[in-house]
Amino acid sequence: MTDDELIWRIAGGSGDGIDSTSQNFAKALMRSGLDVFTHRHYPSRIRGGHTYVEIRARDGTVTSRGDGYNFLLALGDSFARNPSEEAVYGDEEVKPLTENLDDLRAGGVIIYDEGLLDDEDVGDLEQQADANDWHLYPLDLRGLAKEHGREVMRNTAGVGATAALIDMDLDHIEDLMSDAMGGDILEQNLTVLRDAYEQVSEMEHTHDLSVPTGSHDEPQVLMSGSHAIAYGAIDAGCRFISGYPMTPWTDAFTIMTQLLPDMGGVSEQVEDEIAAAAMAVGASHAGAKAMSGSSGGGFALMSEPLGLAEMTETPLVLLEAQRAGPSTGMPTKPEQADLEHVLYTSQGDSHRVAFGPKDPKECYEQTRTAFEIAYDYQIPVILLYDQKLSGEYRNVDASFFDREPAADLGTTLSEDQIPDAPHDPTGKYHRYQHDVEDGVSPRTIPGQSGGRYLASGNEHWPNGHISEDTDNRVAQVERRLQKLAAIRDDLDERDQQTHYGDEDADIGLIAWGSQEGTVEEAVHRLNDDGNSVKALGISDLAPFPVAETRAFVDSVDEAIVVEMSSTKQFRGLIQKEVGDIGGKLSSLLKYNGNPFEPAEIVEAVEIEQAGDGAEPAAQTTLEPAAGD
Amino acid sequence: MSKAFSAIDEDREVDRDAFTPGVEPQPTWCPGCGDFGVLKALKGAMAELGKDPEEILLATGIGCSGKLNSYFDSYGFHTIHGRSLPVARAAKLANHDLEVVAAGGDGDGYGIGGNHFMHTARENHDITYIVFNNEVFGLTKGQTSPTSPKGHKSKTQPHGSAKSPIRPLSLSMTSGASYVARTAAVNPNQAKDILVEAIQHDGFAHVDFLTQCPTWNKDAKQYVPYVDVQESDEYDFDVTDRREAQELMTETEEALYDGTVLTGRYYQDEQRPSYQAEKQSRGDMPEEPVAKRYFDDDYEWERSFDVIDRHK
Repeated sequence: MTDDELIWRIAGGSGDGIDSTSQNFAKALMRSGLDVFTHRHYPSRIRGGHTYVEIRARDGTVTSRGDGYNFLLALGDSFARNPSEEAVYGDEEVKPLTENLDDLRAGGVIIYDEGLLDDEDVGDLEQQADANDWHLYPLDLRGLAKEHGREVMRNTAGVGATAALIDMDLDHIEDLMSDAMGGDILEQNLTVLRDAYEQVSEMEHTHDLSVPTGSHDEPQVLMSGSHAIAYGAIDAGCRFISGYPMTPWTDAFTIMTQLLPDMGGVSEQVEDEIAAAAMAVGASHAGAKAMSGSSGGGFALMSEPLGLAEMTETPLVLLEAQRAGPSTGMPTKPEQADLEHVLYTSQGDSHRVAFGPKDPKECYEQTRTAFEIAYDYQIPVILLYDQKLSGEYRNVDASFFDREPAADLGTTLSEDQIPDAPHDPTGKYHRYQHDVEDGVSPRTIPGQSGGRYLASGNEHWPNGHISEDTDNRVAQVERRLQKLAAIRDDLDERDQQTHYGDEDADIGLIAWGSQEGTVEEAVHRLNDDGNSVKALGISDLAPFPVAETRAFVDSVDEAIVVEMSSTKQFRGLIQKEVGDIGGKLSSLLKYNGNPFEPAEIVEAVEIEQAGDGAEPAAQTTLEPAAGD
Repeated sequence: MSKAFSAIDEDREVDRDAFTPGVEPQPTWCPGCGDFGVLKALKGAMAELGKDPEEILLATGIGCSGKLNSYFDSYGFHTIHGRSLPVARAAKLANHDLEVVAAGGDGDGYGIGGNHFMHTARENHDITYIVFNNEVFGLTKGQTSPTSPKGHKSKTQPHGSAKSPIRPLSLSMTSGASYVARTAAVNPNQAKDILVEAIQHDGFAHVDFLTQCPTWNKDAKQYVPYVDVQESDEYDFDVTDRREAQELMTETEEALYDGTVLTGRYYQDEQRPSYQAEKQSRGDMPEEPVAKRYFDDDYEWERSFDVIDRHK
């Protein structure tokens, strides 16, 4: 078998160093000229659970995880070896091998650490391998590591063995190791790597899988969604972040926290998410570009400060990294079911902007846009992403990030502008004037001479003082609403939606956020197989791109809304915003904790086209259009 | 570069009337309310310290006390119930040149905002926190509050409260506040002096301010007569000694419910660095206020591309 792609899965115990090993291997593949995409699967435990990372590599763009995979490096779970915990772990240490076999493609390759995994526990592996045309390479990785260095270098031995089996040069791997370590540790690792490579090279190879070759026109960087969000924030001039740890938002929070002090900023880990959001409001009010964030449960605590930011028109950027809910749900699994929570939480009519980026580039770009919109229009902007996008890496042109910072405070007055701005006879500044362009009334910052005003969560007069006057109330409500209309116009210029596939197709897919890349691949596959399909990827969740979405739905006979939610939240949003198009919208839903694979979307389209009402074989749900 | 925040400057001559906004001349507080005493003391303290109204940020919570910045002219942030402290301390972190004061009631600070109170004290931010303690919820019409005495009867506690009141002074010091005082609206001179000290204190200064509520707490004492523990010969203790302070705090908290009003400075630690100083000494916060940089046209902003090599 020859594949045009390598999908390498490294599986082991949580804490076995799977993340760092996989990241370096992904970088080596990227440096060799391939496009890479990672998929991270881990349990919500510190130790004793099984984790894997999958790296998909091929020559040319890759926007999704694949269907299954073709190379397994099963390290075994080293944390399951404590004899006193035998009763708890049982045969756990072989599970990184046995539990990963379902998705291994025919012709696939398996390396497992026979130094750690007891062959007797593995069961009928050889029969399974025969039946599925898998190629087994048991290796004493543990022994090899111990011989030249330390046992933890099993990972390195596995990488060396992998390289030998797929005809991959060690150069890039060695370079990356040299960047990351030094001294004896480096020497030992290099010896382990080369020895594993040589031993495996000398073995008889029965498989027919090798690493693809490719090239890039320019230097690449390996980027995750969380890093890209943090970098977008830095380049937008954000120098204040406050938060409380919660998976998966912690990734972005950690990256910002490690960067900010060296970049002249402040990061605060605080007592709870109420404080986190309220502090971002306080910092923004006092003149910093500020952000906070959380995942679903923590974001619930932010509802009231979010409303305060809306009412006081304090610029604010919040992140919401979704995970499967409700309540504690499944902390390390993605879902897209916080959509309604984010759009509608907090009392009163909501005035907020929400974006759902699809990949690291959009994470970066839309974070910058979020700060621009927040500070120009004095409104909270929320970036809604998820566990998948947060931790998945892919290669991006390095030059994409070579950008000028845009740190200005938007519609904020400087001191020399204040005397000409409207004031009360008593000297109070009219922070919330009634008739202003786009509904935006410029703000002042505490400490500026002549700019004092009251910011209040109560309805207020132009000077900020509390008022229940009916005429003033109507004027203030309408002015705040006017900002949303202006933002929609602004966003139309920025064109954050993406179209895929055949313009003339009769069947359409609509997706948002992290599932968009998978839909993109499914559309290409369907069209390569002679179908005619297109897709719309939506990033502007609020204010919603009504005209563009209506035009898309009008142009097809049927549109399937693809989302990770059991209650069709995104489809509901489209129907609410666009109007009476329910008869055209059906749903493809997945809520088992794993993101869509391209084949699952292909299957759903084929079922819809056949019109026979068949049930999907995948663990997905097809919900017909209203009235069907 | 032109000056970004010219209201922030050296001390100057300021009249206390500078803090009267003229926008809402008639406060909505009831006649005889202790809140007037806080307003008067705060104006007096800020005038004595020569503060420009526009270098002050007064962040308040919700309740009668939350209206303080409607009647005190400065930059103001009337926040939400219990959240004045996180807003205030973040403003201080964004611009530590500001004079930041937070204020709210006993329900706001010791009840719904209790977690923030504990952690703001723990972190020792250089801000002043005034808690209007009237032992009752006023604005919502007389419900039992965290400082209401055990047995307090109200519409929400018809059988009398089964809860012992919060011990505000003890809680404050235990949590980490480095200046803890109690004063009373009926004692305007002491109140002003304590606020002056609290504002000058470099760290978290907590003032539990007894404010009589003539509407909803009619039978409660008017907090007279009061005893100033510094003036009285009966109380000899070292305000910098945590153990001695704790002993007197306990006595003070209990005496209040027996009709004896003890006031004064209870704890003062001038050695402990403020949160800002701690952060700066660890390289965790810039020396120059973050907010200033946005008004500096010549500032060379750091950018993410500076660290991009780690992704190659």
